[in-house]
Amino acid sequence: MHNILTIAKKELRSYFLSSIAYVVFAMFLLLAGYFFTVILLYTQEASLKGAAYNIVITLLFLIPLLTMKAFAEERRQGTLELLMTKPVTDFEVVMGKFFAATTMYLIMLLTTVVYVFILIKYGNPDMGPIYSAYIGLILVGLAFISLGVFASTLTENQIVAAVIGFALILLLWVLSWASSQFTGNMAEIISYLSLSGHYDNFVKGVIDLKDVVYYLSFIIFWLFVTVKSIEVRRWK
Amino acid sequence: MIKVENLTKTYADFKALDGVSFEVQKGEIIGFLGPNGAGKTTTMRILTGFFPPTSGKVEIDGFDVFNDPVEVRKRIGYLPENTPLYQDMEVYSFLRYIAELKDVEPEKKNQHIKNIMERCGISHMKNEIISRLSKGYKQRVGLAQALIGDPKVLILDEPTIGLDPKQIIEIRNLIKELGKEKTIILSTHILPEVAVTCSRVIIINEGKIVAEDTPDNLENKVSGVAKVIVTVRGGSPDLIKTRLQGINGVSNVTVIKNHAGLTDLSIQSEKDVDVRDKVSSIIVQNNWGLIEMHRETLGLEEIFLKLTKKEK
Repeated sequence: MHNILTIAKKELRSYFLSSIAYVVFAMFLLLAGYFFTVILLYTQEASLKGAAYNIVITLLFLIPLLTMKAFAEERRQGTLELLMTKPVTDFEVVMGKFFAATTMYLIMLLTTVVYVFILIKYGNPDMGPIYSAYIGLILVGLAFISLGVFASTLTENQIVAAVIGFALILLLWVLSWASSQFTGNMAEIISYLSLSGHYDNFVKGVIDLKDVVYYLSFIIFWLFVTVKSIEVRRWK
Repeated sequence: MIKVENLTKTYADFKALDGVSFEVQKGEIIGFLGPNGAGKTTTMRILTGFFPPTSGKVEIDGFDVFNDPVEVRKRIGYLPENTPLYQDMEVYSFLRYIAELKDVEPEKKNQHIKNIMERCGISHMKNEIISRLSKGYKQRVGLAQALIGDPKVLILDEPTIGLDPKQIIEIRNLIKELGKEKTIILSTHILPEVAVTCSRVIIINEGKIVAEDTPDNLENKVSGVAKVIVTVRGGSPDLIKTRLQGINGVSNVTVIKNHAGLTDLSIQSEKDVDVRDKVSSIIVQNNWGLIEMHRETLGLEEIFLKLTKKEK
């Protein structure tokens, strides 16, 4: 645990040493603010529903930018060798990097709470769906991060890592579209595996254990694959 | 301290290491010598547990590198090839990060880092961003991070590569001093380096150990024929050559060069015969001037070339 925190702290600091964090933050605020304002003016409704749907779309693009350097940069600089020959395990390194990206994301998400205050001040929003939408956003975001960190283990090039991460996230997001081509169990499995289908309930105000379990197992699965990916790359 | 048994590392279609075994005792400085691509870095990466060997066993301070990687890594300081560092960090915060990973006690951490920075001569650079440092200072930061946590074993992959002569001497002196308290393995393809710093040399070529001894012993072992070089004033080169060839035990004399009345000759004698007294008396008898005479032993360079050629 001590090592995970040490690595997470260092990673978090290095986010702010490069300009990526600032740019991602600024673009997220710009897009989220735009969606919130436009949708609010259009619907005249004190809810986060529309914004929550669209914020997820910006995350599809932005989260791979937060995770791309996790391992790609270490490999390019050769520091992975430096890090992995210290008394740490592969698991600790992966978790450290995952927590750092998670912290960045949560800080980013926290800034959108301003919108909730605006809604409360000028309207009378139903708080239930707002809470559940945040839980959904957190789970979806962490799922994206776990996949993005994995993509970062595949290459030394940050841009390539971001592109792969984005493609994987998008593919799993729209996987449910393919389910119409199948029937029976296969169709159900495919639509269950899709990232997007489990998000709707949260926005509608329903917290279904099934969805929570789906996201948690998605995150654990990809973190596990990430640990294995580093292990395999070292064997080569 | 370090026990390596029968290491083999095979990449897809290439054998990087082929049955490498050696032992290092506490307090030794071992020079790992070999041409580029001989398997030095591969060996070091296996020793530090960065990747596993295809077969074989490594034990450091009684711990198996593959069953107890974390225990082993607590006991080693490693400077990887090309000195990878977090370029965007400051020297001090980088070293503090390493100290935290190495589990240095929090109360002692600052003092510990301070001592190491002083030792490596980087105290005045503690707030510099690593990417802005010169190659020499980066190398020292690399060495400093290897020293953090006071490891018993230091593994240094080409610690002096790319440095200027002054920096090389400084780093070598530092390594020598560290050798008083630590066990050190360093790799290099610069030959004088091992002669100067190492107590024992392991020469590796194409994944196999071809020789293992002290630098002095290696020189004696490999140099078969003794050579004496003389510089003579006066006389004609041909005459000197014929006279010297008449000496009992001399097998061959060649004129190296002849200029301004000075003649340089190389005299090869049979093994274990010292012809120097006879050479000097012949020269004196002929009323020539004996300007210089020395015995040429094979340098590490020649030994190295000889050993690595033999294998091919």
